[in-house]
Amino acid sequence: MNERAVPLSPTDGYVTADGRQIGPVVMEMKHITLRFGGVEAIKDISFDVREGEIRAIIGPNGAGKSSMLNVISGFYHPQEGEVWYKGSQRPPMKPYQVARQGIARTFQNIALFEGMTVLDNIMTGRLNHMNASFLDQAFWWGKAQREEVANREKAEEIIDFLEIQNIRKTPVGRLPYGLKKRVELARALVAEPQILLLDEPMAGMNVEEKEDMSRFVLDVNDEFGTTIVLIEHDMGVVMDLSDRVVVMDYGKKIGDGTPDEVRANQEVIDAYLGVAHD
Amino acid sequence: MPDQLIFAMEVTLNGLMTGVMYALVALGFVLIFKASGIFNYAQGVMALFAAMTLVGIQQGRVPFSHLINEIFGTDVHYFGWEVPALAAIALTVVVMIGFAWLVQRFVFRHLVGQEPIILFMATIGLAYFLEGVSDLMWGSEIRNLDVGLPQGINDVIDTTTFEIFGYGFFIDNLDISAAIIAAVLVTGLIAFAQYTKQGRAMRAVADDHQAALSVGIKLNYVWVLVWSLAGIVALVAGIMWGSKSGVQFSLSLIALKALPVLMLGGFTSIPGAIVGGLIIGVGEALFEFAVGPMIGGATENWFAYVLALIFLVFRPQGLFGEKIIERV
Repeated sequence: MNERAVPLSPTDGYVTADGRQIGPVVMEMKHITLRFGGVEAIKDISFDVREGEIRAIIGPNGAGKSSMLNVISGFYHPQEGEVWYKGSQRPPMKPYQVARQGIARTFQNIALFEGMTVLDNIMTGRLNHMNASFLDQAFWWGKAQREEVANREKAEEIIDFLEIQNIRKTPVGRLPYGLKKRVELARALVAEPQILLLDEPMAGMNVEEKEDMSRFVLDVNDEFGTTIVLIEHDMGVVMDLSDRVVVMDYGKKIGDGTPDEVRANQEVIDAYLGVAHD
Repeated sequence: MPDQLIFAMEVTLNGLMTGVMYALVALGFVLIFKASGIFNYAQGVMALFAAMTLVGIQQGRVPFSHLINEIFGTDVHYFGWEVPALAAIALTVVVMIGFAWLVQRFVFRHLVGQEPIILFMATIGLAYFLEGVSDLMWGSEIRNLDVGLPQGINDVIDTTTFEIFGYGFFIDNLDISAAIIAAVLVTGLIAFAQYTKQGRAMRAVADDHQAALSVGIKLNYVWVLVWSLAGIVALVAGIMWGSKSGVQFSLSLIALKALPVLMLGGFTSIPGAIVGGLIIGVGEALFEFAVGPMIGGATENWFAYVLALIFLVFRPQGLFGEKIIERV
């Protein structure tokens, strides 16, 4: 059990029970408060994310989990608090700027380009890896051609990895829900992000699809060393998957720690069993 | 060969040429629609504005001269220089890009993630606004536009057809240049949309704003790009129609002619815009030639719309449009 303990120092790494190397803190949220008019969606929440870990944010519906993810990815801007990324405070950023910093995400309600094929969707994830000049691209010269080939290779690698070869040319609009989720994951992954944000990756899936998705999440973390922050409200899935868990309820943080610590937390148990709020 | 048939051939050829001009306008619509999901009602007015600006710059007119004279009691109308055609076109392109930036900054930036119908309504407002601005800026008189495109009868076609049929076809050089320019423009646009990073980003933004943001696309930049392209296509259409029939308010109404073309060809297809334009051009010319005299003529005014109506009944997505399939 000793090696599994999370060190107190933000700059130390550690090794998990299953032998994965977890690094120092890469992202830190400090006293984040987010209001919509008079409603406080997030109240003074702080937590950190370590390099290479799978960090879950859980909580009942309306707890503010998705809002938190939207703060990280730049879709919402908190009224108070600071976001620290790679050792420096991040100024308020637009979503595209966050994406260009190497933070990719998926959405709870799936945001794919429905009119494009699976491959085209995934290729949009490589847009920030294309630097050839505009004319080169239009005429398919030199650098543009090399880049396109490299980007295609990366896309095919991810397609193989997520086992979606057979739907490569299918327009996304025709795919069933579970596969759409997987294509969205592929598009996020192909950008080679350092941090991957997953908003309820298993929502609305059957047991088999959930198992597949869990396996992919673990494989992504293992194979590419990607740090993963995921939101989920299926407790079972979260506890098996994640290294550390933040628990939110009514916009407040009520628990933070390893799955075992969180499971033993009385406040968390109350929130999930539905003890009346005062 | 009977005279009637030879006439019909000439009419068809001329119809094809007019069709190219229709297609040119329709292209502006398709381009914006494909790239941003917006049906741009202002496309026709943009063509008018672009042509007005081009003439104004070429003749060295002072923009807003009426307004300036009214306020300051001056009497300025001309700068006193003339700008060569190519330089004037380049300057007009700059103006259209500036316009695109303004549209993005003051209209579409505030409408991210809205329904297509809201964006459509915004373009209606834009159309009326631009109409007023172009009036205020350059006045409302009819202007001649001459950028040095060849005009008048094409002698080669005239003499060849005379040798073959004993009757020379009248084909306007201007129409021929329009066809060539349209072909170049379309090829360029397709290459741009299909093969460049910017083109891919445009298609992504058209499909889903949120998803586009999440893969690192800068929406504002793409919008400026799309509207700049629309402005340039509008300028080309404005030059062609302006050279043909003068730059005047009715230029903005050619946009209405683009609607039946789009219904025929489909709102989402570039080849559709071209084929649709050609069908309508030829169709209305032949109809006027064959049926017109029997029912008192002037059938060009309504033929295109009736044809579009028939298409709407039997093939609502147009000839080349994407069939709408909803998963339920």
